[in-house]
Amino acid sequence: MPVQYAGVIDEVRAVRTAAGVFDVSHMGQLQVGGSAAHAFLQGVLSNDLDRLAPGEAQYTLLTNERGGIVDDLIAYRREGGYLLVVNAGNRAADVTHLAERCPADATLVDESDAHGMLALQGPESLALLAPLCEGIDPLEAAAFTFAEARVAGVPCTVARTGYTGEPGVELICPATEVVELWDALIGAGAVPCGLGARDTLRLEVCYPLHGNDITEDTNAIEAGLGWVCARDKRFTGSDVLAQTISDGPRRRLVALRMDEERAVPRPGCPILAGETVGVVTSGTFSPTLQRGIGLGYVPSALAEPGTAVVIDVRGRTRTAHTARKPLYVKET
Amino acid sequence: MPATESYPDDLRYHREHDWARVDGDIATFGVTWYAQDSLGDLVVYLPPEEGAEVTAGAEYGELESVKAVSGIVAPASGTVTEVNQAVIDAPELVNDDPYGQGWLIKVRLSDPAELGALLDATAYATHVAGA
Repeated sequence: MPVQYAGVIDEVRAVRTAAGVFDVSHMGQLQVGGSAAHAFLQGVLSNDLDRLAPGEAQYTLLTNERGGIVDDLIAYRREGGYLLVVNAGNRAADVTHLAERCPADATLVDESDAHGMLALQGPESLALLAPLCEGIDPLEAAAFTFAEARVAGVPCTVARTGYTGEPGVELICPATEVVELWDALIGAGAVPCGLGARDTLRLEVCYPLHGNDITEDTNAIEAGLGWVCARDKRFTGSDVLAQTISDGPRRRLVALRMDEERAVPRPGCPILAGETVGVVTSGTFSPTLQRGIGLGYVPSALAEPGTAVVIDVRGRTRTAHTARKPLYVKET
Repeated sequence: MPATESYPDDLRYHREHDWARVDGDIATFGVTWYAQDSLGDLVVYLPPEEGAEVTAGAEYGELESVKAVSGIVAPASGTVTEVNQAVIDAPELVNDDPYGQGWLIKVRLSDPAELGALLDATAYATHVAGA
């Protein structure tokens, strides 16, 4: 996926107002099967798979013993097993982490290279997709559900998931047919979108990016992801996370909104409140909000939305406030 | 609308993707089509102050796009006589018209002989084609 096609601002606008398509074929697809698949994954993923019926999906974390985040992913429950869609950059680490813990009566297969994947996102995306679908009506599908269907003749897993905060689908298809699928979606009116727009859109709705905002060394509670950490089951690191909850997290991942119109926080910029108290982990200019925005870690005492902070942007001090997540909320 | 690629013959070019339009001892500086295309949609222009000294080959300001930041290199040395306020207010002018409305500063040159080290349009176009 290139950084941009026509330009980040136009691509962001397309996804917020119409429909855009991203080639996310770099993402990993891991199949977990066997009689112990469910029990195995319940022990290594933070969210509760008992809440899923076949055909349903959930956002979840692969955690380590320290309560850190090996990866964030979406788990799709199928009859007889699970599909895990993981970050490209973590695919090898995920496979290693899972294989080390995989019992004899569960199977783990990395099918990433066999699959292409496109994300069609935006308020018009489902209506755009509907006439191309055989066997399902995407307009009737609930968020975080999925089904097998042909789209423009290409066999796909059609999932009502995404990374933009807009309605949309992610389509997983044979790698050999992904170009045909892409061309069909462009032909139907979707705007081609790149990595720059994808990162900006996810940051506007405060979805964390693994490697920036969450890592093996960031505690899931500090990262604000307690909502995907089940309290009534044991999983890798759950004792550490329970302790973090009872002690209160030392720091928190907060949304940041610059006070000035033309100042943009960037990853690595120090966050100051008298002295350096934290660091920006993601930052961009938001075309939708017309403002520099970001995510960063601050001590819990400064995490309340509306707290004034200063961000050191390459030697210039810029004022900002912590803000309620998500930064962008669609007007209804 | 984004500009289409061009490198006008009447300009002198620095390898770091900056241009100078010389009129007597005053030069207008900006960034090239290649520079703005590499950065993408521009959202911030941090200029020098009027009266500031700029030095050939050194950065005098910053252009920032949605996704990237870049220093702007002076093609020649001198004193800033004017800053383009229109670009401060609307940095996208550099994307739309990099050699016209998107100019960045005007400078009274301190050593016009430095201009001899700059590239002409043909040499610069060859430089970016190999970049």
